[in-house]
Amino acid sequence: MIETPLNAKIKGEAFTELPLDLYIPPDALEVYLESFEGPLDLLLYLIRKHNLDILDIPMAELTRQYMQYVEKMHAIKLELAGDYLLMSAMMIEIKSRMLLPKPTEIESELDPRAELVRRLMEYEAIKLLAQQLDEMPKVGEDISVASAYYDHITLVKPPEVSLEDLAAAWRNVLKRASHYEHHKVGKAELSVREHMSIILRRLKTDKMVEFSELFDVVKDGIPKLVVCFLAILELAREGLLRITQQAAFSPIYVQSNS
Amino acid sequence: MSEANNLQELKNIIEAALLTSHQPLSLEDLTRLFSEGIERPSLRMLLDELKLDWTERTLELVQVASGYRFQARQKFTPFLTRLNPEKQGKYSRALLETLAIIAYKQPVTRGDIEEIRGVAINPNLIRQLQERDWIDIVGQRDVPGRPSLYATTQHFLDDLNLLSLTELPEMQDFSALDNSALDFNLQG
Repeated sequence: MIETPLNAKIKGEAFTELPLDLYIPPDALEVYLESFEGPLDLLLYLIRKHNLDILDIPMAELTRQYMQYVEKMHAIKLELAGDYLLMSAMMIEIKSRMLLPKPTEIESELDPRAELVRRLMEYEAIKLLAQQLDEMPKVGEDISVASAYYDHITLVKPPEVSLEDLAAAWRNVLKRASHYEHHKVGKAELSVREHMSIILRRLKTDKMVEFSELFDVVKDGIPKLVVCFLAILELAREGLLRITQQAAFSPIYVQSNS
Repeated sequence: MSEANNLQELKNIIEAALLTSHQPLSLEDLTRLFSEGIERPSLRMLLDELKLDWTERTLELVQVASGYRFQARQKFTPFLTRLNPEKQGKYSRALLETLAIIAYKQPVTRGDIEEIRGVAINPNLIRQLQERDWIDIVGQRDVPGRPSLYATTQHFLDDLNLLSLTELPEMQDFSALDNSALDFNLQG
């Protein structure tokens, strides 16, 4: 410790000596609290920070120092405190066992700190390895795996088929088709309404058309002729055209009513 | 389809397969390239030649846990990463320590991990490692509750460019410190 007098005052009183305990300002604690991975991590931090001999840990000091952190943690992050409290209980137990007079006959009795030291060392080793793992190059970060474009087509081998199977299948199709043949209900492809429009449009230009001229018996099939006839009847019913015949068997004329 | 009839052609076929594969190809995979198969020593020789052929090129042929793959030489990494600027977030220390414990102490249970780290482990962390396909469950320990035993996967080794677990950084050996070395001052 530096032997120069301190020029500091606490609560108005001159502060002449540095505290002998391992002092960390409480405000600084909060900064670190988040970064500890657990009680072992915190203990290692305290040991390293204060250059304590891990093989000869001053339990009283370390425990006191540790408790400061835990109390702070308890205040701001209650859910974290469980593991930490367990550790402080363990540390106090170790310290009290150390204070007990050691029976001289039992030479082989372990130092009460041995287990804690073992765990600290194991954890420190893991911590180090974790850092090394983090630094290792990884695929997707530092390693770019080559992958030239190739449309990965899976070669599909067509299944074998015998001529007989094929013939049987065809017979099946024919057989099934025959079931449907006679009661096929076709969708009306010809619209009466559409033909009504066609006829009206025709009558707009031609004024009066002979009934038979509205039918193209050569080109139009029977369905179309029927639809056309229905369209004329419908137009007449709706009063949109007039159908006239001068005498029996004389030509029938169709004309627009508009 | 006429099969390859000279070594150069065989090598080209292997090269094409490796360059277009999305994952490392094992020797078994590569053997399947040839309808009449190929002798292992020949295959290894061709791979060695291929490795040599590419020494001056941008890609290198490397062998990882699950096989061979081509990857960009490390010196291009700073440039290549610019193409995908949204870098993966840093792994948390908790995740890395858990991974380290599984890698070095496998197979381990959650309890083992918690014992070493001294804190309860977040189940999400294990799941995260499983989703990354770096660890998986290899069995159950025969104790009450039959806890799952975790181990690292081949994919983990592949991703770290490793051929086997033995290539991981060496763990500091504290076992040399036997009890006589821990000669404590009991008044400490």
